[in-house]
Amino acid sequence: MKRRDLLIGASLFGASFAVALAGSVTAALAQAEIKIGEINSYSALPAFTEPYRKGWQLAVEEINAAGGVNGKKIVVISKDDGGKPADALTAANELVEKEKVAMLAGTFLSNIGLAVSDFANQKKVFFLAAEPLTDAITWSKGNRYTFRLRPSNYMQAAMLVDEAAKLPAKRWASIAPNYEYGQSAVGVFKKLLMAKRPDIEWVDEQWPPLGKIDAGPVVQATAAAKPDAILNVMFGADLVKLVREGNTRGTFKDRAVVSFLTGEPEYLDPLKEETPEGWIVTGYPWNDIKIPEHDKFLKAYQAKYNDYPRLGSIVGYQTIKAAAAILAKAGSEDTDKMIAAAEGITMPSPFGEITFRKIDHQSTLGAFVGKTTQKDGKGVMVGNTYRNGKDYLPSDAEVSTLRPKE
Amino acid sequence: MGFYFVQFLTGLASASALFLVASGLSIIFGVTRIVNFAHGAFYMLGAYIAFTLTERLSGAFGFWGGILIAALAVAVIGVIVEMLLLRRIYSSPELFQLLATFGLTLMVEDLVVLIWGPDDLLGRRAPGFRGAVEMFGQNVPSYDLFMIVLGPVVLGILWLLFHRTRWGILVRAATQDRDMVAALGVNQKWLFTSVFGAGVFLAALGGALQIPRDAVHHALDLRIIVEVFVVVVIGGLGSITGAFVAAVLVAELNAFGILILPKVSIVLVFLVMAVVLIVRPYGLFGKPEAVARKTPGLSVRPWAPFTRNERIACLVGVALAALLPLVAGNYALTVGAEIAIFVIFAASLHFLMSVGGLASFGHAAYFGLGAYGVAFLAKLAGLPMILCLALGPLLGLAGAAIFGFFAVQLSGVYFAMLTLAFAQIVWSIAFQWVPVTGGDNGILGIWPEQWAAGPARFYWLSLGIAVAVVSILRIIVFSPFGYALRGTRDSLLRSESIGIDAKRIQWTAFVIAGTAAGIGGSLFAYLKGSVFPDNIGIGLSVDALVMVLLGGVETVSGAVIGAIVFKALSIWLVSQTDWSKLILGGVIVLIVVAFPKGIVGMIETWRHSWRARSDAPSAKPAGLAASQPEGAE
Repeated sequence: MKRRDLLIGASLFGASFAVALAGSVTAALAQAEIKIGEINSYSALPAFTEPYRKGWQLAVEEINAAGGVNGKKIVVISKDDGGKPADALTAANELVEKEKVAMLAGTFLSNIGLAVSDFANQKKVFFLAAEPLTDAITWSKGNRYTFRLRPSNYMQAAMLVDEAAKLPAKRWASIAPNYEYGQSAVGVFKKLLMAKRPDIEWVDEQWPPLGKIDAGPVVQATAAAKPDAILNVMFGADLVKLVREGNTRGTFKDRAVVSFLTGEPEYLDPLKEETPEGWIVTGYPWNDIKIPEHDKFLKAYQAKYNDYPRLGSIVGYQTIKAAAAILAKAGSEDTDKMIAAAEGITMPSPFGEITFRKIDHQSTLGAFVGKTTQKDGKGVMVGNTYRNGKDYLPSDAEVSTLRPKE
Repeated sequence: MGFYFVQFLTGLASASALFLVASGLSIIFGVTRIVNFAHGAFYMLGAYIAFTLTERLSGAFGFWGGILIAALAVAVIGVIVEMLLLRRIYSSPELFQLLATFGLTLMVEDLVVLIWGPDDLLGRRAPGFRGAVEMFGQNVPSYDLFMIVLGPVVLGILWLLFHRTRWGILVRAATQDRDMVAALGVNQKWLFTSVFGAGVFLAALGGALQIPRDAVHHALDLRIIVEVFVVVVIGGLGSITGAFVAAVLVAELNAFGILILPKVSIVLVFLVMAVVLIVRPYGLFGKPEAVARKTPGLSVRPWAPFTRNERIACLVGVALAALLPLVAGNYALTVGAEIAIFVIFAASLHFLMSVGGLASFGHAAYFGLGAYGVAFLAKLAGLPMILCLALGPLLGLAGAAIFGFFAVQLSGVYFAMLTLAFAQIVWSIAFQWVPVTGGDNGILGIWPEQWAAGPARFYWLSLGIAVAVVSILRIIVFSPFGYALRGTRDSLLRSESIGIDAKRIQWTAFVIAGTAAGIGGSLFAYLKGSVFPDNIGIGLSVDALVMVLLGGVETVSGAVIGAIVFKALSIWLVSQTDWSKLILGGVIVLIVVAFPKGIVGMIETWRHSWRARSDAPSAKPAGLAASQPEGAE
């Protein structure tokens, strides 16, 4: 028994040494490339992450075709987090400790974004958050190492409030998923709208669990409060159920609806002939954008994938483009130099020029606001205007009180 | 008034949808005693296949025909699964079938994305039931009315089937006493297969009928499976009428609950289940389970403490593990620490399951409480790490003491489901009490102090604690307390008749297991630097069950191996591929087939049969003693 265990032990040692050796050989070969570690919820949220992956793959191809960054090729090492913060941290650790990546990027869910951001702060690694919307990631839990690309919850709420304040509606009701994103979306929207329209009142709120809406009773309860307008934050399959139930029961007839994210192709396209008329939404009307940079992106994307881009494609594409721009400006893979380079960096994007603000590390990437309608049995956004992110952030004085002191 | 009536009708429609799926689960469990984790997967497959068929076939016949064909097709898949997979493991330890169906569920979740793509799919509305009917000035969807009628119709058909056909009589007989049915010469194989097929048919029908209301997507299964289990248990296992009443109860409470407390949906079903089970230990319509004739647990070989050689082998194994930092990199060490923590977690559940015979479906509650305990102490009270590690698990202990008291009053699946209810209640508190727990954004910044920072130090710390916890649990197994606990597991009646206070013993075991899980959770908080409601979630509880079953529930410490294999495999697969669920599920199914007693269970069986063969010629008294059935009746 003992001898056998010793044997196993010896072979284990041997195997480990072989692995270690192999590792150092790859390290030597890897001199001419810059590794970016990327994490996202590929298996848990494929509807968003598949287009997202296509987006960043296109960016990598373009960057390397143009000679890479600082004379090196960009390599993205991508990991799945399965939608769990703990697994995202395992992946982040692998990317940093084993793959020795220059920076971390990606993530979708807010809690995962926050977990990775805290990890980055602890390990002193640069982290470019792609998608998580929570305000905490740049404000209350912001840190030196974390930057965020997408317009935050606050920014999207502010864009929608611009339009909502113009509505005659006085009685408002909200329907939002019962988790941090839904809660803070409703919270910020309420606060901003009440500031512009002190005359309105909130008559009902519904908080179905994320992914588990029992749409009939929810719609019925909302209608019973007789609101003039409804704020919706549901998305994905929950949105489909809500819209179907509301359409059948006539809940959205003669009512204004303001809805977060509904104009994003990921959430709008599945609605098809159920698409409600005239909802005021944030989103990405990919075939109605007249920005030259977007034309270029659209052509390249369609040529490569023979498919149209979703918002995830833009996020993935711009995440890696931003990473490359930061690396190029820093001229180095040193974390402090990258942070210095990223603070205040300006770069082109498919939505026009964007800046990563020095004050809170938030990018000024904006979103489109428009109204939903149906065209040939498909949902589209019409009357779209691009809202530049920089116009929808609080004053610098206010922002500086939101971030913890370092 | 009209509004309340319409709200009531809406609740009934939700109830019917729930009942269809729950009835299938109920009859499967009633007859075969399989905790069919894959029921949600069959529901989802029903929806996907019905989507494809109703898009292809045209007209009203196409739609309804498509739904029926989809349900039949999935039933055929179910029958194949039963014949190829489940038949092999009916004689395996209790709950082992859970492992097989869990593996299947993982596979299906990835397969539907591979086949149907990642996008949410919108099915057609039902021909003839597109619009709404006006009642009291409110619009009621006609499809809701259709569902309201369908629920009782299905209930009626099932009642006729069970009371007016020979098959139904056999099914009811088997539900009551399947050994007796077998003894009377009924071909159990085909009875089980047909029941499984019928149950799967109902699940798939339930899924297919959702396409006019829902979107079809790859997370449908998880959305329904737990809720359906809850409904079945509230109604009483094996009782179809009970499932119906429970579905109505749950759906109506939800429909009216959200009018008063809009956030209640997240925890409502679990609250209802906890209350029902505390008041009625066998659900609303259930009867006490018939006493099993077979001795539960391992009856062929008695457990024995390690021999000297085995002890040395363990020491060598631990020593080798302790030398890992000499060869492994930082990443491998962090993974090593994570595995060590899951060894603690799995071993704690294993103690409760294999020694106490109490399978908890909510063990993550105590793991998570330990993690939150550390988070509170470190972030709110600012205590040093060593104190946090020592005191954090006390929150797990406290939770186990409170919930355990109620849980041990029950047994079997009812016990399991009550622990699940408690875990979900704890989870929803962590999720909802944002000012204190941070809600789903969790508590961040719980990093180890200098003395334990660094992958190697933290690895040694985790390994040391894991070795200590597993050793202590083993010592308890072979202590008088351990024997008493095994007594309550093997025969509650006899152990009580010789003066063992069974409930007290079981409660103590529950507290020990909860505290040990809390120790794991405390370490986990420091490993990840953060705590999330996920640490209490159902997913983690299921992972623990899988580790225990994989290792072998009839062994003393099989969970240690189960945890190492499962955790290492899943971390590696998630890192290597986006289809980790498909491969992991496949591997689990293969392990189930190859090791029907779990990995360690099978290895021990092989070792003993090999030893018995080599011992046979000498026929020592010791050998005889060892082959004496421990708990033979």
